[in-house]
Amino acid sequence: MSISVRVNGQQRVLEVDESRSLLDIIRNDLSLTGSHFGCGGGDCGACMMLLDGRPVTSCNVPLWSVDQRDVTTIEGLRQADIGSKVMRAFAESGAAQCGYCTSGMVVAATGLLMNHPHPSEQVIRQQMDANLCRCGSHLRILKAIVRVADDLRRDTES
Amino acid sequence: MKAAFTPLASETGLPTSIAGNPLISTWVGVDAPSRTVQIYSGKVELGQNILTAIGQIAAQELRVSFERIEMVRACTGLSPDESITSGSLSIQHSGMAVRLICRRVRHLFVARAAAMHSVVPESIAVADGTFYSDKVRVGDYWELAKEVDLDVPYADAASLPEMEIPYVSASVPALGIMEKSAGRYGFIHDMLSDRVLHGRILRPPSIQATLIDIDPTAVQQMKGVVAIARDGSLVGVLAEQEYIAERAVVMLAQSARWQEADCLPDPCRLGAWMREQACDTIDYADAASTASGMRPTKREDRDDSVYTSDYDKPFIKHASIGPSCAYALCHQDDSLHVWTHSQGIYNLRTDLALVFGVDEQHIVVEHVPGAGCYGHNGADDVAFDAAWLSRYAKGRQVRVQWSRADELCWSPQGPAMSMHLEVRVDKEGRIQDWQHQTWSPGHSLRPGRAPTSTLLGSWYQAQAQSVSAAINAPLVAGGGTERNLIPSYDLPCSRLASHRVLHMPVRTSSLRCLGAFGNVFAIESMLDTIAADFGVDPIDYRLGILSDPRAINVLQEVRKISGWPRSAGPDHSDVAVGWGVGYARYKNKGAYCAVIAKVLLGHRVVVDALFIAVDVGEIINPDGVLQQIEGGAIQATSWATMEKAHFSGRALMDDDWQKYPVIRFSDVPDIEISLLDRPDQPPVGAGEPSLAPTGAAIANAIHDAIGVRLKQMPMTFERINQAIQEQV
Repeated sequence: MSISVRVNGQQRVLEVDESRSLLDIIRNDLSLTGSHFGCGGGDCGACMMLLDGRPVTSCNVPLWSVDQRDVTTIEGLRQADIGSKVMRAFAESGAAQCGYCTSGMVVAATGLLMNHPHPSEQVIRQQMDANLCRCGSHLRILKAIVRVADDLRRDTES
Repeated sequence: MKAAFTPLASETGLPTSIAGNPLISTWVGVDAPSRTVQIYSGKVELGQNILTAIGQIAAQELRVSFERIEMVRACTGLSPDESITSGSLSIQHSGMAVRLICRRVRHLFVARAAAMHSVVPESIAVADGTFYSDKVRVGDYWELAKEVDLDVPYADAASLPEMEIPYVSASVPALGIMEKSAGRYGFIHDMLSDRVLHGRILRPPSIQATLIDIDPTAVQQMKGVVAIARDGSLVGVLAEQEYIAERAVVMLAQSARWQEADCLPDPCRLGAWMREQACDTIDYADAASTASGMRPTKREDRDDSVYTSDYDKPFIKHASIGPSCAYALCHQDDSLHVWTHSQGIYNLRTDLALVFGVDEQHIVVEHVPGAGCYGHNGADDVAFDAAWLSRYAKGRQVRVQWSRADELCWSPQGPAMSMHLEVRVDKEGRIQDWQHQTWSPGHSLRPGRAPTSTLLGSWYQAQAQSVSAAINAPLVAGGGTERNLIPSYDLPCSRLASHRVLHMPVRTSSLRCLGAFGNVFAIESMLDTIAADFGVDPIDYRLGILSDPRAINVLQEVRKISGWPRSAGPDHSDVAVGWGVGYARYKNKGAYCAVIAKVLLGHRVVVDALFIAVDVGEIINPDGVLQQIEGGAIQATSWATMEKAHFSGRALMDDDWQKYPVIRFSDVPDIEISLLDRPDQPPVGAGEPSLAPTGAAIANAIHDAIGVRLKQMPMTFERINQAIQEQV
């Protein structure tokens, strides 16, 4: 099948087998390896990308649903305002041990803050429930997200 | 300035890691053009940020800034052989070896600079790698690199007298943290290229299945398929594209016919079944008595009471977020290069050489970081898979990544354990005799140690490697089933028996903290039961049977930071609140760790908060220690409240995260940690001590909340209901 999709701001027309996952195409065909395979069933969030600004699991999002839409991977967030703030907050909070789930966490957190700029801790926890971490960095990840939310609040107020 | 701990030489005169790898150049390289220093540790990065801490030690000893240190990834033939990265031993082994080696390197350079400038070595100070004699610059490491021969064995006696050694402790940010946050760290999974071939292995439908026949015709005709490999019951496929390899292996599965057999016990009586099996039994009671000087009283008083109880821990999975992955390249002459996230590159090489009949010198095993590793997971097995498949496409690099299902069901499982305790207590509540027995399969099936290969795929080849049973390391090396079987208290013990089940069809191996998780759960539950019966505060009861001041310290500290004792019982109408404590000295000689858990019991089990006090001896990187302690406590909360591997008569069943749930954000407790600073004490490792006391503290908190004692993990809401029914 042929799909037309903007990846990190760049328009692409992809001729791909329709049974493939978006994650597979992004990693293998576009060589953007920051998004990770964790389960293939949308259960862990390691592969998260933003689809029109909302986090989706790229391992199982139907390929047809991506057509004519905007995909942002972790690589595309490096230059983005909220994305780069989230990355910096993660690094400064030591919000990763192995770091394998981290790109999915950063994408999920960025999507969360884009859509709820001032979330409570409870909302953050609920939204982040879609992402698994096995090393036990949850509390530092929460701290990093709260830190960015506080920054954003200050920016709005000033 | 505080003095840092200086490692003592072993009985042979040198620390183990140096004794096995005495040449200084094996450990340290000085690179003049980049003005950096290369440190070669045999320990590998598993997500525990160990290379950061070892780098700090090196920088400190060499007197260079941390930025000048390059930690070189472990590779056979290049790095010192430090066996396995496990057991909270990396600072003790590699860190202390690097400390001595780097100190010696500084002395060699200082001596050379002194000789060249005709000054006394004692006059020379080092600042960020530059040498000054009475404030006059006399060179630096990089200028003198050609003048100093590092191809010399380490010799302790040759060292210069050392002035006070500054304390290393600093929370240097972990190496790679920015790259991880930005998605450009470069995991082994990410070494993709157009040239790489993608391999997949067809795993059998059950543990003892043998392949009768398979029809590869349809798969052979698939575009992109390069090779189909079969050797006995081991089947795999190689393809140009990853999705083709995945599709091909699904199609192969459809045409495969297997002969299967039941081999697993009834899951409802796993503990009882283990106790009926042939076991290798070791009793540690005499050794413990000799060490403690405590002897059980022979004479039983008629007022004594005897507490008997059984506890169980299920099989638990590593459940890493990233499935195991490896690359291999087989050359025309059968020499191999393997890229792996294994914990032991040399051990893996030994088994690969054994299976493929290739000399070890013709195999290079190189470490590349993978997803978080909490013990012996599928890393070695997938490395075998890649190596085996690469022999069907010589000259091409082959990449194999396991599926989620394979990761959960075919990685070695953390062993199930069953504990039986019998304790005689006098009428004052004093323990007169403590007996503890534990049954479990062995906790180590690592490669490189047995006469035959322990790699999963090799057990299914036509000329199969014989299936070997997991073993336990000797107690002096931490043990397995017997880890923390000896109580961390001053108790008279007449029986401390470790029964290793000899034939366990489930493939088991090391999972973080090994037998300590089950043993400490049993010990701490029993102590709590006794304390409650005698109306003694559980912390006071424990303090009454402890004499080691460091043990007493962590218990008093955790009591202080938690505000213990808090009122228990019903909080709101439908939520009961409970507080519980757990304590252990990891491996009886490692870190001291006390945990207090606060649980809320409504319609489910919620661990609301954990308070932890820990003494790991000298602290290299406080934030790194906090991270390990906190991460361990969260993982233990998950194990204790929700994790259990399910199995049928022949196969492990949990092939996705729905069937094997692990903790998510909403259930993660708040955690407060107090690190007790002991710079005068040896660093004893931080990766594992918080897990066992956390599980135990949760069990005791549940009892405090509702008066029901859960003796089987995981401690779920269903288990509580079941326990209440049984009490009625």
